[in-house]
Amino acid sequence: MRSFTLEQRLNPSLAIRALSPIAATLVTILAGCAMFYVLGYEPLGTLKVFFIDPLTSVYGISEVLVKACPLVLIGLGLAIGFRANVWNIGAEGQLTMGAICAGGFALAIGEKDFGFTLLIMVILGALGGMAWASIPAFLKVRFNTNEILVTLMLNYVAILLLSYLVHGPWRDPFGFNFPQTALFHPSAMFSPVFPGFRVTGSIFIVIGATIIAWAIVTRSFLGFQMAIAGKAPRAGQFAGYRENKAIWLGLLIGGGAAGLAGMAEAAGPLGQLLPTISPGYGYTAIIVAFLGRLHPIGVVFGGLLVSLIANGGESAQMHLGMHSSLAQIFQGMLLFFVLAADFLVFYKLKLVTR
Amino acid sequence: MDLTIAIITGTLIGATPLIFAALGELVVERSGVLNLGIEGMMLIGAVTAFGFAFAGYPPIVAALVAMLAGATAALLFGVLALTLMANQYAAGLALTLFGTGLSTFLGHGFGAAPLTAITEVSIPFLSSIPIVGPLLFRYDPMVYLAIALIPIIWFALYRTKMGLVIRVIGESPQSAHAIGYNVVLVRYLATLFGGAMAGLGGAYLALAYTPLWVPNMTAGKGWIALALVIFSGWRPFRVMLGAWLFGGVTILQLHAQGFGIDVPSQILSALPYVATIFVLVVISRNKIFLLKNFPTSLGKPFHPGN
Repeated sequence: MRSFTLEQRLNPSLAIRALSPIAATLVTILAGCAMFYVLGYEPLGTLKVFFIDPLTSVYGISEVLVKACPLVLIGLGLAIGFRANVWNIGAEGQLTMGAICAGGFALAIGEKDFGFTLLIMVILGALGGMAWASIPAFLKVRFNTNEILVTLMLNYVAILLLSYLVHGPWRDPFGFNFPQTALFHPSAMFSPVFPGFRVTGSIFIVIGATIIAWAIVTRSFLGFQMAIAGKAPRAGQFAGYRENKAIWLGLLIGGGAAGLAGMAEAAGPLGQLLPTISPGYGYTAIIVAFLGRLHPIGVVFGGLLVSLIANGGESAQMHLGMHSSLAQIFQGMLLFFVLAADFLVFYKLKLVTR
Repeated sequence: MDLTIAIITGTLIGATPLIFAALGELVVERSGVLNLGIEGMMLIGAVTAFGFAFAGYPPIVAALVAMLAGATAALLFGVLALTLMANQYAAGLALTLFGTGLSTFLGHGFGAAPLTAITEVSIPFLSSIPIVGPLLFRYDPMVYLAIALIPIIWFALYRTKMGLVIRVIGESPQSAHAIGYNVVLVRYLATLFGGAMAGLGGAYLALAYTPLWVPNMTAGKGWIALALVIFSGWRPFRVMLGAWLFGGVTILQLHAQGFGIDVPSQILSALPYVATIFVLVVISRNKIFLLKNFPTSLGKPFHPGN
């Protein structure tokens, strides 16, 4: 009798680990074609609008980078937490708090130019995100409270706080009653890397963060301990590792990265605080982290791809009148297929004859 | 007096979608599966129900189709988490992200068109008793259905063989498998049931509670339902208590805004979320309570060959 059995791959090769997200992307594109067809659009042409058109101009590429920056930054932080089984899904709130803290400072100093305003804002942004993430960390360590739910609930609280501030005390008195703060002083903003394009100097923070995350994950004892603890908690304890430390580190790193991303949004493309700082970057970055297989280098590619889809969604809206939420569906499908492809990474189908 | 009645009835109505979604997730988790996709399934249920009601179908048809849609969404999760043994946390999050996008897309044509809501049924005679009448006998049928489901689910879990099998599988899938039960099949069925219930909860929001379609209209209710399951210690009757508590906080918050109490509306709106955190902290400190009915295999993939 012949039948299939599953055999676990204990050490999947680098090739198959790198190939699986690529395969998942291709399957997502196929599924996307089917979706376009069902919706009555010509599949290949639509696909071109989604995936090729955003890359055909320098401005388009710059726009892909603009959205990729926060996604990569947040994704890097989340990936380190996810590796240790710390489920921080509160990046959206941590990003918002980072923007609030850094933006509050920019508003407070107003027209004064310190010379290192931006540096202080970077620090405040990261600290704001970390402070917000320390709430779930403390509650988890001290009271055993589920971090998924606490981080998520705090997203709503942070966004409501931002809404209160821009509708109330921080509203621009000369802003015609719009819910927005005054524009930041130029010294409190990142300047564009190239004049005329929206990519700002914050991209260097993202590059630096990628290198640091890579070093933590692959070159440090801490990264090793966290990976062990995520895979086999008991073995992690033998490696001298405490679960509480993983919770604190995972959340603080994730929160700090998200806070930085929020600061960079406020001090970059926006230049002020608005009721919404992010179009859901904190949630989308979860997809980026998994698409990158929780590896820093993978996260960079994942962030670029997800950003490309978001920009493709905008160009499809502009040229074909498609609804922009199609990009979100695409991103969701991508995560489904990435997780499904994991099956082939970790298991081998074997045909056995008995 | 009128205000007290309004608050109590509002609490029961606000609790209804939470009871549906949380009871469904409770059964799912009792079988050892953690589905973080409730928010997504509720949104898919809400948009489906609204679409069908908008097209002129009677509410009961809309609600049933929403249940079907919720179960279909849960099937996606099931394939990933149960057949392909993906990480259940990630698969559930994927479902929530996908469901948010899909519901926004499906609903973008609806605009903010209002709908003929499910109307309350006034039970003749009983509903005209002063105080007791409006308090007990003037709800829409789904409020009664949600309350009736609690003893039904309790009975199914604790007094039937099916319930025993579900609980054993949640406790020790290996033992259940060794006795000859099909663990994966039972988990699939539980997951589909959870999806249908989340879909029904979403349908209630779109058909009776709001009643209109707004993207992301669940506003975290799926996650609050998940918190309720923890709050309940995985026991059906405590789901009802928890749902009333959260329904009450939501309603009080709305009434406080109506009174013009001098607190910014955003701070009042944050109350249900803060209350959720607070309640979770209180419940989670007591590990003995938490672990008493905790399904030991929760979130761990199972493969018959292992």
